Order: sequence, then C-alpha cells, then structure tokens
Amino acid sequence: MDEKLKTELSRQGIFATTLQDLYNWGRKSSIWPLNFGLACCAIEMIATTMARYDLARFGAEVFRPSPRQADLMIVAGTVTKKMAPQVVRLYNQMPEPKYVISMGACAISGGPFKQGYNVLKGIDRYIPVDVYIPGCPPRPEALIDAFMMLQKKIEAQYLTGEDRPRHLNAGEPSEFLVPRFGAHDLEPPQNPAIWKAPLVQISQAGTDESRND
Amino acid sequence: MTNGLYLPIIVLLLAAVAFALTPLVLAWIWAKRFSPHKPGPSKNAVYECGLESEGDAWIQFKPGYYLYGIIFLVFDVEVIFLLPFAVAFTGFSIGESLAMLVFLLLLVEGLVWAYQKKVLVWT
Repeated sequence: MDEKLKTELSRQGIFATTLQDLYNWGRKSSIWPLNFGLACCAIEMIATTMARYDLARFGAEVFRPSPRQADLMIVAGTVTKKMAPQVVRLYNQMPEPKYVISMGACAISGGPFKQGYNVLKGIDRYIPVDVYIPGCPPRPEALIDAFMMLQKKIEAQYLTGEDRPRHLNAGEPSEFLVPRFGAHDLEPPQNPAIWKAPLVQISQAGTDESRND
Repeated sequence: MTNGLYLPIIVLLLAAVAFALTPLVLAWIWAKRFSPHKPGPSKNAVYECGLESEGDAWIQFKPGYYLYGIIFLVFDVEVIFLLPFAVAFTGFSIGESLAMLVFLLLLVEGLVWAYQKKVLVWT
C-alpha cells in the first residue's frame, strides 16, 4: 500500500493496514525467548526481565522453558564445545519463525577464551544469528537495544517475493547441522553453509564496503 | 413455544463454536498460503531437549512405593477421624461406638491384607 495514501487516510481518521503489516506487528510484539542461559551473560538477561529493566514492555517477558513454544534464542554466554551440539539441537527444535540474539563477546567469537581449546569461536558457525550484542557481559540496556533492533528487523520483512525471510521460503532449511562432540574438536568445526572464514586482506582494510553492515 | 425458549442458547452455542474454530481455520489457511511446512528429525523428536533421548520409555516401574504411599495415606486420613473419636469416646452410645469400630476394623483388615501380600516388605 502506498505510504502517502496511508498517511493521508490516517490524517482523515481512517486507519488502513496490510496483511503484511499486521503479521509483522503480531510477530514483533510477542517474541517469546527460550529460557536458557549459558554463563554470566544469563545473569544480565535475567536482570533485563526483572522490574528495573522490564523486558515485558516489549512483549518478550514470557521466557519459555520448551523450545517448541519459543521464537527467540538468546545465546547468553560462553558456548563450550561440549555444549554447542545441544544449543544447535535446541535451535532446530524451535518452530519457525525463529530468531537468534548472540549475546556477549563469547557467543560472538569465543571472547576471552578465543585462544583456548574448549570454547566455540562464535555460535554463528552453526546457526544463523540475527543480532549480535558486544560486551562482557552486555548491560541489560544493550539487550533491550538488541530486542528493539530485532523488532525493527521483523517489521521490515516481506510476506511474499524473493526477499521474504527464511521461514516463509519453502526452499530454505529450518534445521541446521548438529555438530558431534569429537575426540579433538567439534565435527565438523563449522557449518560451511552458514559460516565462512572472514577473508582478511590488510591492503583492503577500510575500503571493503560490503563488510560494513 | 419450548423451541423459542432454547433459540438464544443455540445461537450462543453456534457463536461459541465459531469463536473457537475461526482462529484455527484462519491459522490453517495462513499456513497453506504463506508459511511452508518445515518438519525435521530434531523438530519432530518426541522429547524436546538438547540431548537426544536414549533407550525406551516403555519400561516397567516397581509399584512398591506407590502401594506403600497409598497405605500410608489411608492411615493418615484415619488419624483425622481417630482424634475426635478419642476425645469424645466417653460420650458415645453403643451404636456410635460400634460404627466407629467397624470403620477401624475395615482399615485393619486392609492392613492385614497388605501384610499378607507382602506389600510392606521392601525388597
């Protein structure tokens, strides 16, 4: 629907909407996170839901203990290699549409344990992440910011067409490869369909526009 | 005449059924039209958990604790009746006393039965 016409109509007291807007409004106003925390970031996540920060304002206070009732996975904390298969399997068990917030330095890249042997260097090696929040741990305000960012992302999604999100596209997968906890490392060490090692070229530093999103 | 009396109830009944079915039908149409069905081995697993379930759920449980608990419960309830019985014991007539003693006898019979069935023996 034409935005100008919509504004003009609403000025005249007529509220017009589209199925897509209604659908996105419904999804963004009731994001139910999965009730699980991995490390210290989870304490900040708990604080976010409590009275002082009050995540309920965003319709996201209902933390579900079952992946079958959850829309959003907040990967809150260090993902050890032993825990990674369980996290991916829980993500697979969530129904579409599902979103992931990668909370804190550890979930993004392994954080302070990146050089260690037992920590996964970022959950985005196995599951698609929607919003990353840096911090160690991020403050509750940062998590709320991530929520609002996710809501904006949902709001802008299309119901039909080529640009429609994954859950509306029959060709895109809903489940991702669950790694196996092997003798030396996770097998495979990353899901090649999801994650590719970033190409670092010092000579192109600062000029590569495609990686500035 | 009677049919006319029941008409509002029928209307309300239809409204209630429609109220329950409309969202379900709308959700079904929505799923058909926009949202593709995406099942998978993890999503269709019987038990939702990060770890895969191992073994069979169809195993036999020992009912020992259950029987023990039931017998305890019977005597637990009995105590509630015994306390006022004991307090008012001297004021009872023969009939009332007999009724209470029959009640006690029934419970004691149950205990004897359980004892003979070796329910009280924990092996």
